[in-house]
This record gives sequence, C-alpha cells and structure tokens, in this order.
Amino acid sequence: MNCEKQLAMLKRIQEMEFVAVELNLYLDTHPCDEDAINDYNCAVDALCKLKKEYEEEYGPLMNFGFSYSDKPWQWIESPWPWEM
Amino acid sequence: MRVSCPDVKFAKMVITQYGGPDGELSASLRYLNQRYSMPFNKAKALLTDIGTEELAHMEMIAALVYKLIQGADCEDFKAAGWEGQYVQHDHGLFWTDANGVPWTAKYIAALGDPITDLTEDMAAEQKARTTYEHLIECTDDPCVKDTLRFLWEREVVHFQRFGEMLNEVNEYMGKCHIWNGHKFEKK
Repeated sequence: MNCEKQLAMLKRIQEMEFVAVELNLYLDTHPCDEDAINDYNCAVDALCKLKKEYEEEYGPLMNFGFSYSDKPWQWIESPWPWEM
Repeated sequence: MRVSCPDVKFAKMVITQYGGPDGELSASLRYLNQRYSMPFNKAKALLTDIGTEELAHMEMIAALVYKLIQGADCEDFKAAGWEGQYVQHDHGLFWTDANGVPWTAKYIAALGDPITDLTEDMAAEQKARTTYEHLIECTDDPCVKDTLRFLWEREVVHFQRFGEMLNEVNEYMGKCHIWNGHKFEKK
C-alpha cells in the first residue's frame, strides 16, 4: 500500500481544513470582512478539489451520506484520524 | 499524530487534557451546551463552531495518549506510577485528570447569562493554555511538543474570538436591555 502518497494527500486536506476553520471562526466575529469571505470561499473550492481527488483514489473521507462508496463497503477500510 | 517513542509517564500527565477540568471534553461540552442561551445568532454560531473544533482536539488527545502507551505492559505502567490505569482500563482510554480524578459535569458552568458564560469561556481558554504550557515543559519529545504547541495556539485564538464576542454581547445588552436592579430586562 502506497501509504506515503495517501498521507501526503490527507495532510494537504488537513492543512486546507485548518485554513477553513480559522477563517470560519474569524468570520463568526467579523461577518462583513469581504476579503476574508473571498479567502474562505477559495478554501472551500480548494478543499472540494482535494477531497474529490483523494476519494477517487482511496475511498470515502466521510460517512453518513457525505461520500459515495465502492463495493464492498469502503468506509470500514478508511484510515481514521485517530490512526494516522 | 506522531510520537517519537511510547512514554507512559507522559501519557499519565497529558490525559488531563482528555478528561480533566480544563481538558478538551470539558471545553467542547461547555460551549456546545452554552450556545442555546446566547442572545443572537452570531454568538450561537461561535460557540457551536469552537465547541466542534474542541471535539476534534479531544480526538487528537485521545490518539496521543493511545500512541504514548502503545506496546506498554504491566511493568511499564508500574514504572510510570500509572498501574491504576492498567488495572482498571488496560489500554482503554478513560476520562480522568492527571491525578486520576474522573471527569465530572461540575467542571462546566452554564448560568444562562451570556456575559457570565462568555467570561467563563475566556477563563477556560486561559486555563487550557496554561495547562498546555506545563505539559510542553514536561516532555522532551519534539513530535509531542509540536502537537501540544498547535493545541496551545488554538486556545489563544479561541480566547481572542470569545473576547470579541463578549464585547458585542456587552454592547447588545447595553443597547437593548435595561438593568432593573437585579437582572437585565428588554427595553
């Protein structure tokens, strides 16, 4: 299993998720900052792209209806955050 | 989440950020519970979002403790002075502080007054920050230090955001409410 590439892709997703979380909290208290909203929307675009690439190669990042699964059920094969 | 090598002694210390008074479980439950009685949406959103982030931090601490005790046997736990953990939970995680005191809802306040609750949240962030500073001092593992520094920094950011929200709530209460001698009432 090519773990290194998978971990590198997950790391990029985590980095972009961090950008989104940080901007999200900032916008909660600065909702009129348009530059920050543009940055947030860029992070959303980047995240969608990264997640799509990851999921096509390694299976679902989320369950409960947020991601498709191949057969057999892929969710139980995913590396979970507490195992990385 | 990475550790250079297992360290049961440090696991015994860092468990306080899992189930201690100023740990991540306390933080997430405190905010996710207090959000209901916030006076406007912005404040509800902030508590929801920080509470959710704290749940993720709780997972990080759980993973950290689990990795710090990986491969440890009875003798390793005894050498670390954490044999009580081995006897009762083995490698299972449990919600305690660094002294083995189990988690309790007493760690959480909810007064229903948004100024009081946000002030408590700011204090909680500072207490968590200090605890992370003590923990960073207690380990030599650069990987563990990295993780703890990340979590330390998040407490600083949360304190900042809560402070901004407290100012807004103060302003709102002053504008739309009148002090009638023992409580705020709508103007």
